[in-house]
Amino acid sequence: MARLAGDWTTRWARQMQSALDKAFAGHSRPDALEFDFEAVTALDTVGALLLAQRRASFGEAVRTTIAGASGAQANLLGHVNAIEVHAPEKPLRLPLLLRPFERLGRMTAAALGDLVGIHAVLGRTLAALAATLTLRAPFRFAALVNQFDLIVFRAVPIVVLISVVVGAIITQQSILQLNNFGVAIYVVDLAAILMLREVGLLLAAIMIAGRSGSAITAEIGSMRMREELDALSVMGVDPYQALILPRMLALLIGLPFLAFIGAMSGLAGAAIVAFVYGGIPIDIFLDRLQDALNVRTLLVGLVKAPFMAIIIGLVAANEGFKVAGSAESLGKHTTASVVRAIFLVIVADGVFAMFFAAIGF
Amino acid sequence: MTRITPTDPIISIRDLVVGFNGRKVIDGFSLDVRRGEVLGIIGPSGSGKSVTLRTVVGLLPKTAGTIEVFGRDYASLSRQQRVEIERHWGVLFQQGALFSALTVIENVEFPMREHLDVPRKLRREIARFKIDQVGLPPGAENLYPSELSGGMIKRAALARALALDPEIVFLDEPTAGLDPIGAAKFDELVLSLKDALGLTVYMVTHDLDSLVTVCDRIAALGKGKLLQVGTLDELLASDDPWLTEYFHGPRARHLEKT
Repeated sequence: MARLAGDWTTRWARQMQSALDKAFAGHSRPDALEFDFEAVTALDTVGALLLAQRRASFGEAVRTTIAGASGAQANLLGHVNAIEVHAPEKPLRLPLLLRPFERLGRMTAAALGDLVGIHAVLGRTLAALAATLTLRAPFRFAALVNQFDLIVFRAVPIVVLISVVVGAIITQQSILQLNNFGVAIYVVDLAAILMLREVGLLLAAIMIAGRSGSAITAEIGSMRMREELDALSVMGVDPYQALILPRMLALLIGLPFLAFIGAMSGLAGAAIVAFVYGGIPIDIFLDRLQDALNVRTLLVGLVKAPFMAIIIGLVAANEGFKVAGSAESLGKHTTASVVRAIFLVIVADGVFAMFFAAIGF
Repeated sequence: MTRITPTDPIISIRDLVVGFNGRKVIDGFSLDVRRGEVLGIIGPSGSGKSVTLRTVVGLLPKTAGTIEVFGRDYASLSRQQRVEIERHWGVLFQQGALFSALTVIENVEFPMREHLDVPRKLRREIARFKIDQVGLPPGAENLYPSELSGGMIKRAALARALALDPEIVFLDEPTAGLDPIGAAKFDELVLSLKDALGLTVYMVTHDLDSLVTVCDRIAALGKGKLLQVGTLDELLASDDPWLTEYFHGPRARHLEKT
């Protein structure tokens, strides 16, 4: 006979378990079991479950009786006893040695899937564009203006700010080095070419990938989670036409604009530092600038911008469409969108640099 | 915790006022919920059923009035005492509100992991028991909420609400969105749990069948006030225009025959 006392409730789970273990430790398998509930002050499912488990561990042959339980307690014991707890489901696990290969396989498959996915997004966006151009679908002017405002205009202050700062830093470091040769004036050429060809665009693209790439992924992803995309589809509205196309167009028009603003702000930063730190007056700076620059330098920067815009838009949309049910998945894909877009933008810039060098542009 | 005698109301709402931006959504609402009963809350959309529920569990601030749960005023309690009370109730939200990043069994384990010092193995066993208790199939425990059907989500959310062996469970439209068979099974489940565990159930519902089968008493809300509270028969006999339409309308025809 086991005499129980006190509260047999969830809070004391650890204590109940060790008390049971201790009480039954020295005993062999009994022929019959009796639980005395006379002194039990409270009982809940966990207490009842522990008793039921103990009872079950002796097998069916052991007869169990319960004494002194109140009506509610007996009720609860009966309820708990009646539920047969299922065996744990073991999730399928690969042997430790095989796991890296499983991961590698999954990563390869995911990368290939992304390659296909990005091209699918590109294709469907182009199809949507064609439908709009041939007047088979509406041109969403309001959406385009709205997106242009969100993606481009509101990004101007931050792009200006970081471009000024980066332009200033580049100039300061260059003056430091060029002073060794006594040709500090060449900092103008350096800053101008660097800003217009590379840095202005790169900073703008990275900023937009972080700012708008994440926003696009999160918007599309949460719309997917709430079946809003499905709602669009069943109403005969192509989500690519209604959602992706305006964003893509806004990026496409806006990024060259931002790249130009970035380059100009970078030059402003350079001019300020050249004046304050290098002692180059503004009019000399401008004179030198006219000699150093031509339209080609500007074009090299601007020609790359639409490609960067497409990369950012495609990656963001593709990640957005990959979002599955959970909040965790939304966060994961938003992160992936930003990281991939920035990575691809920088790689593309490198490829362009090699390309322009090869054709001597 | 202070023990209260069985005759005291387990939840006591007095002259509750809840307002948003100067607009009173709940205006002078009083209600007692008795220990061990299933109380159904009905009322037209926008009458403040969900607001009342959210105010009672402390999610919304009240403008005036008192709410006593287990004989204590929730609003006046310290952080520590609130946690103590929160451990003794479970809430089933309308959409389930399962944590989407956790599997079903992890969802059920979560309250235990936060509030109790239970060995890992035992915690798993308790969670598995709760999953069986609410009638989820064994294969469901390792699924994520996004992989569950509507009925399974409600059951999993109920299992989580029951994880700490609460004395009160709040159900917000538990049978909404379930097919009649699933809804009937859910009603049965609530009844059997109430009988076995001595639960007090505070249930916001529009399901007439649930009202008939599970509820001991029904409280009707209208325009932020209590219209009437009583057993089904008392409400059926009421001459309030909304209640008349509710209980004698086209969707309630079969109630009158019973």
